[in-house]
Formats: sequence, structure tokens, C-alpha cells
Amino acid sequence: MSTVNLISQLIIPVFILFAVAYGVAKKVRVYDCFVAGAKDGVTVVLKIFPYLLAIFIAVKSFQASGAFDFTKELFRGLFTVLNIPIEVLSIAIIKPLSGSASLGVFTNIVKTTGPDSLTSMISAVIMGSAETTFYVLAVYLGAVGIKNTRYLVSICLISDVVGIIIAIGIVKFFF
Amino acid sequence: MNTIWFFLITVSVIFSVINGKLDEFTKSIFDGAKSAVEVSLFLLGIVALWLGITKIIEDSGLIHRLSSLFRPFISRLFKNIPKDHPAVTSITLNFLANLFGLGNAATPLGIKAMQDLQSLNKDTETATHEMMLFIVINTASIQLIPFTVIGILAEFGSKNPSGVVLPTILATILSAVFAVGTLFTCRKIFK
Repeated sequence: MSTVNLISQLIIPVFILFAVAYGVAKKVRVYDCFVAGAKDGVTVVLKIFPYLLAIFIAVKSFQASGAFDFTKELFRGLFTVLNIPIEVLSIAIIKPLSGSASLGVFTNIVKTTGPDSLTSMISAVIMGSAETTFYVLAVYLGAVGIKNTRYLVSICLISDVVGIIIAIGIVKFFF
Repeated sequence: MNTIWFFLITVSVIFSVINGKLDEFTKSIFDGAKSAVEVSLFLLGIVALWLGITKIIEDSGLIHRLSSLFRPFISRLFKNIPKDHPAVTSITLNFLANLFGLGNAATPLGIKAMQDLQSLNKDTETATHEMMLFIVINTASIQLIPFTVIGILAEFGSKNPSGVVLPTILATILSAVFAVGTLFTCRKIFK
């Protein structure tokens, strides 16, 4: 654990030092070069902004309108039948939509059900194994202006659902 | 994305009418706009930072050395990327950043990878198989140790906070394999 943690802490400083030192050795004007690269970054983020705006508005209003709670109610019966804690559903739905919101929901689950409960365990695995799909799609596709996504979005959504089922299955098997 | 966006917005409006939450709806779209600005400002800093660093790697020729080093691993999955193409390095760096949970580096490097993949794309508005593969692997959240999750569990007094590591890695691998498998299946079907 601590070794991995140490590597995580070291990797960026070492990488940056190596990149700059190698550049100087190859007679690259590193400062000018860095500034030129950073300038590209500004253009990219400006390009991404409208996509992010569209996603964030949709996600926030979906939560605020009560549609999110309704979706939870829809699945409540199914979860009760399968003997899966209903709180898991909140994490499962919110994780692909919003990173910060899912962190809030997760913290609340750990606080109310205890850190070693089955609910907390399943939620923890979902937190670690699922990604904020819509954010990733908006940023990566927006950065290069892709409009025709073919079957990509469907695959991401199906994989999210399957990923959550896998997470629940694994925790039920382990604990 | 068009369908999903239309669906989310329409459903939200209908629900806010039914639930009498029209005020909340209006407030939430301004909230969303504010969050988008905040996240973009944050992105502006880290993306500019990392694109600055990667420009140094490109100009010094280090990126081609790294590409040939990583090529054996990446080319098994990404078959259509030419030898020594910068995309090999940016994809690898993004995967490494993800593995070590360095989200702040992973996103900018991922954007760089998308730009490199776009340079190989003939139809610049349509996603290539390689782009889809890259995104699908990214949405599977390949991370070795979920530090944030462990931190929260530990904070609330869990007896064994790192007990989630193994199940998380297993779940990640299985869902990544499923996602990549589905992508390759779709590629065969829709060819």
C-alpha cells in the first residue's frame, strides 16, 4: 500500500524533471516550448466548455426536478427482491453523471450505515470501478469536435450497468 | 448524445412541472452553468500545464523514444496506429496516470491522446475505432488503488479500509474486459 502511494507521489515530479532535463540536453528552449504548449491548452479548454455546459445543465436539472428520485423509486422493487441495499442504487445512478455528487452520496452512505456495512462495501467498489462517463465523453469528444459517436455512447451506458452488476456480485461473493 | 441530452432536459422539465419544482429547475440550470465554468477554469490550468510539458517532450524527440518503448503493449490493442506515432505515448501516459490515480494528469494527457488520434482520422467529425477504444477503457476507470474511497472509509473508522482494493481491482478488470469485448463485437457487426 505505502509503496504504491509513494510511487504515486513520485511519478509526477520525476516525470517533469526528466522531461525538462532531456529537453535541455537536446538544446530545446524549454521555457518557450512550455508556453507554446500551454497556449494550445487554452484553445482546447475553450472548445470543451460548451459541451461541459450542456452536460452540467442536463445533470443538475435532472437531479433538481425530482426525476432522479423517481428513477430510484422505479428500481426500488427490483433491488428489494434481489436483496441489495437500496442506497446502492443512489451511487449506481449518480456515479456516471457526476463525480462530486457521487462522492457526497458515498460519504453519506458510509456515515449512516457504518464503514464496514455491506452497503458501504458495495458503494466503495462501485466508486472505485465506475467512471463519470458523461464527463469523460463530453471532455474527450468535445476536445476534438467529434459529432458522430457511432455506437460509443450505447456501449459506455451498457458497460456502466454491467459494471455495477459486477461490482455488486463481487462484493456479495467476497463478504 | 443528442438523444440523451434531449431526454434528460425534457424529463427534467416534465418532472419539475409535476412536482411543482419549477423554481428548483431554473435555479439548477444556473447552478449547472456555474459548475461548468468552475470545472473549465480548473481544466484550463491543468490542461495548459500538461500540454506545456508534453510540448517539451515532443520538441526534444523524447516522445518518439517513449513511443517505441511502449509500442509493444499498446499496439496489441490499438492496431491501426502507425509505428512511432505520438498517439502511442499519449495513450500510454494517460493509462499510467489513470492506474496511479493521478486524475489531474490523466484528463489533459487523454485530451492530448484524442488530438493525436484525430490526426489519424480521415473524417474529423466521426469517432474512429481507436478513439472509441480509448474512451471505453477510460470510462472503465482503470485504477490500482482507490485512494479517495479508502480515505473516506478510514475516516469513519473502518476496521480494514484497504479491504476494498482487491474487489475493486477485480470489478474494474471484469467491467473493462466486458466493455472492450462489446466494442470489438460491435465493430464486427457494424462493419
